[in-house]
Amino acid sequence: MIRLANVCKVYDGKYALHDVSLTIKKGETLAVIGGSGSGKSTLLQLLVGLIRPDSGEIYIGGQETTHLSEKELDRVRLNMGMVFQYSALFDSMTVGENVAFGLREHKNLSEDEVQRIIREKLALVGLPGVENKMPGELSGGMKKRVGLARAIAIEPEIIFYDEPSSGLDPITTAKIDELIVDMQKKLGVTSVVVTHDMASACRIADRIAMVYEGELIAVDTVTRFQRIEDERVQAFFRTLRPETAERDDQQV
Amino acid sequence: MRFLEWLGAWVIARLSEFGTIVLLYRETILELFTKPRVKHILAQMSHLGVDSLLIVSLTLLFTGAVFALQTADILIRFGAQSTVGGIISIAIGRELGPVLVGVVCAGRVGAAITAEISTMKVTEQIDALRVMAVSPVNYLIVPRMLACMMVVPILTVFGDVIGVLGGYLVAVYYSGISSYSYINSIHTFAEVFDLTGGMIKAIFFGNVIAVLGCYYGLHCPAGAEGVGKATTRTVVTSIIVIFILNAVLTFILY
Repeated sequence: MIRLANVCKVYDGKYALHDVSLTIKKGETLAVIGGSGSGKSTLLQLLVGLIRPDSGEIYIGGQETTHLSEKELDRVRLNMGMVFQYSALFDSMTVGENVAFGLREHKNLSEDEVQRIIREKLALVGLPGVENKMPGELSGGMKKRVGLARAIAIEPEIIFYDEPSSGLDPITTAKIDELIVDMQKKLGVTSVVVTHDMASACRIADRIAMVYEGELIAVDTVTRFQRIEDERVQAFFRTLRPETAERDDQQV
Repeated sequence: MRFLEWLGAWVIARLSEFGTIVLLYRETILELFTKPRVKHILAQMSHLGVDSLLIVSLTLLFTGAVFALQTADILIRFGAQSTVGGIISIAIGRELGPVLVGVVCAGRVGAAITAEISTMKVTEQIDALRVMAVSPVNYLIVPRMLACMMVVPILTVFGDVIGVLGGYLVAVYYSGISSYSYINSIHTFAEVFDLTGGMIKAIFFGNVIAVLGCYYGLHCPAGAEGVGKATTRTVVTSIIVIFILNAVLTFILY
């Protein structure tokens, strides 16, 4: 579904990403973890085409995207949804208008159909009846969920999540994680989740990839990833609370 | 040596900025006819234009009044009181109206555009548009540019009328020129092109204000401080460009 081949991105003469190669299968949920400034957000921006790599190729659904014009890339983007770190809801629009934005721009649907989809997607993320509220009236967790409803409204095949748990309390984080798992189960979408939260990554992902100082140092299933003896990987696992690690072991 | 280095870096930065603005213009022109957003254009006209009516009225009313105050006495002394209305209407129609409306709109409209777009950029809303396969140029810049190109000339005509009225109030009720003489001198000396020429200038000024407002919004530095800096740069650059453009257009039009 998604393939990166020897992708490099340089900022101010320094590698933000260096020689990254990675394949993500259809229907899979991949969590990309790494510390601040490790290059994981750069990876996400490259995947959605917000920035272009300095070398290497990116394939989305078999289409090589790095050399496409912005207009051509837009056609590929119609198969993508993205949940932003700070939700990025259009603050001049209501929640319903935010969710319907992609539909009204790209799909030729009747207003009744649009309203039905708004209600359906908001119900799917556990927020029925908020379509007439403004984003400013919502809590951080609710905004994230509206962001997710907006991302899935056009029924994309791939959803990208940028730090879905950042700035949220542990209970809301767990709810968002459940939603991400639900989306994968109910809609069968391919998901790429960029996070620095190891517990969250273990809960939602089929595989985990770790980016360290611009390099992809490990990619494996959650079970095998925990057994990697690299100190940089283990340092991340030590951030897990004992009970979370224990529970994850039991699940494994 | 350091001064030369600084000067060189400054010139390169300005040229690079100019090049980026030209590219943005090109992209905006190419997007003009791809997906017309009439609803957006009308909303922007209402938001940017109607809200500027009061400040435009006050600016031109007092400018017209002061202009009459300064000229009427001298012209009466030379027995040329029958030219006061004409002089004021020509000056306002050709120069003061479009330039002052342009400057007011640079401060009021340009700053509002930059503040809105730069806030959208800082909060990743521009990225959200791009990820949702919507061109920010088509969605944000084109409607604002077309709205400004329509609203600034309309505001200019409105301002012209208010300015001439301000001059009338002072000339008639303070300087003692008869109402007939004031209005008759407008008919005698002013031509329709004094008004339409000013409107042509205003179309260009509206274009400059919108494109620069959008450019600085899209390229604002990160953070709240960046939004403030971008807004200031829009106002300062727009005013400078309006004055330069006004000189060029005056040469061409009159």
